[in-house]
Amino acid sequence: MTHAAQPSPVAEPVRNTKNAATVQIAFLLAGTLLLVLAPLFFYPIFLMKILCFALFACAFNLLLGYTGLLSFGHATFFGGAAYFTAHAVKEWGLPVELGILVGVAGAAALGLIMGFFAIRRQGIYFAMITLALSQMFFFFCLQAGFTHGEDGIQSVPRGDLLGFIDLNSSTNMYYFVLAVFVIGMVVIWRFINSPFGMILKSIRENEQRAISLGYSVARYKLGAFVMSAALAGLAGAMKALVFQFATLTDVAWQMSGEVILMTLLGGIGTLIGPIFGAGLVVTLQNYLATSDFPVTIITGVVFMVCVLVFRRGIIGEFYASRLGRRLGFQHRR
Amino acid sequence: MTTIFGIPLAALFGQLLIGLINGSFYALLSLGLAVIFGLLRVINFAHGAQYMLGAFVAYLLLQYIGIGYWPALIVAPLIVGAFGALVERFLLSRLYNLDPLYGLLFTFGMALAIEGTFRYFYGASGQPYAPPALLTGGTNLGFMFLPNYRGWVVVVSLIVCIGTWLLIEKTKIGSYLRAATENSTLVQSFGINVPMLLTLTYGLGAALAAFAGVLAAPIYQVSPLMGSNIIIVVFAVVVVGGMGSIMGAIITGYVLGVAEGLTKVFYPEASNIVVFVIMAIVLLLRPAGLFGRDG
Repeated sequence: MTHAAQPSPVAEPVRNTKNAATVQIAFLLAGTLLLVLAPLFFYPIFLMKILCFALFACAFNLLLGYTGLLSFGHATFFGGAAYFTAHAVKEWGLPVELGILVGVAGAAALGLIMGFFAIRRQGIYFAMITLALSQMFFFFCLQAGFTHGEDGIQSVPRGDLLGFIDLNSSTNMYYFVLAVFVIGMVVIWRFINSPFGMILKSIRENEQRAISLGYSVARYKLGAFVMSAALAGLAGAMKALVFQFATLTDVAWQMSGEVILMTLLGGIGTLIGPIFGAGLVVTLQNYLATSDFPVTIITGVVFMVCVLVFRRGIIGEFYASRLGRRLGFQHRR
Repeated sequence: MTTIFGIPLAALFGQLLIGLINGSFYALLSLGLAVIFGLLRVINFAHGAQYMLGAFVAYLLLQYIGIGYWPALIVAPLIVGAFGALVERFLLSRLYNLDPLYGLLFTFGMALAIEGTFRYFYGASGQPYAPPALLTGGTNLGFMFLPNYRGWVVVVSLIVCIGTWLLIEKTKIGSYLRAATENSTLVQSFGINVPMLLTLTYGLGAALAAFAGVLAAPIYQVSPLMGSNIIIVVFAVVVVGGMGSIMGAIITGYVLGVAEGLTKVFYPEASNIVVFVIMAIVLLLRPAGLFGRDG
């Protein structure tokens, strides 16, 4: 077999996939090392923002990439958890760990409610329903007392981790965010490689067949939705602590659009793609924040270009490239 | 003063009218979405942006060329429709054999880009657009005071909705369109230019949105954000109605607009979300939507 010929995933030799696993682990180790050293070279707040959005995008990708469900309402979980955590830490005076737990549990509950309604329809309708419900939550946040409307919840205290690590130091905070990020990624990795994750993939590939095999598809979809919502909530809770505020921006529909773009740009259905997507989008936003050129135009155009000619995303294109295939990566579509 | 359930009658009719006006826009927009989706299988996220474009083209025509409301009512939809047709022909048509979600994402990006461009030049605040001289003032109907322009909007949007319905259900070109919705390959084999039909349909949908935009310009201000504010509600309307039937989209639009108006009278806090609540209830009782045929 020549390398130029496009091998079908079925014909892929097994040793190559093993090779791919080795390469992936090498990448992961290198990546982790880079992230540990990164605050020596970059502004920690900027890095923490990337990590939060990377976790958010990976959580979103769990649903779009591995279950085939396009949610247009993930801002609800991200922003909702930010509000819950901020409120719990600031008004109830809970320690940081419990505050995060409150945010994650709240996001999971919201996910359960939204998922319950949304999984009744498929495809495009699913996207529209999640968008509409998320807009409903936006109006709720606009009017509810505890969110302080347009002002948002400001000056959220970071407190001490486990009672003795002062999180007001941005170095400590950075390593805390990094640890949470790594834990989140491990959870996602475990989840998609579990039997549960395999069933989700089968639903993505052929829902009718999964039903005929006796799987209760609706329940699996709902499970994936709640899982994705909880992880998005974890990212939102961390964001509230990093920036020490929670605002309406986090629950607005534009945020749902942003996370879709990050995932699309990095590579839908790849484990690490959304991290790259998030890094690029956040960097772009930071870069443009100082100019008066609106980010929306760039975001919109990048969206259109990605959909037209770059649907695999950065990591997806790499997997599908000659080098990627030689290293033994597989790609879909 | 006459009251019903402790609500002044005049206030009730006033909100009912506002509901009917909003309903007119919901109906016009969800009608366009349904027409596009029926044939192209694309959810046109840019529908709100095209509505905003309609209003802005009317505003710019008046501002720079001195073309008034009445010509703009025809010219603006033509311009936006032509723009839509070009986008369909050269960009959107490349996505037809992919997952329909890509069409949604593409038009979402387009909506962001258009909205961002207008925000860059005109800011987020609205520009005023005066109603035509013929329709200023109002009429006293005895039980309420009806501004003439608002009465015109309700009447004309109803005419356009019914006209579009007749075009699709009763004319020859409409029968091509319906046939292509059912089985486009077969229709093409009869020698009908289906790609052209698709382009025209998307253009028609965009033109309908722009027409609604021109109608809306004197009521709401002409603002870059007017499209994204309304499109999400229209999506909920479409979920409630189901996109299987044109008439269903029209009726659902009016009914939900009126429901929103009435909520404003009886429980103002919920008026923003009542359409979404109705959507959730319909999903529980009839997941396919009130007029829906497909899942």
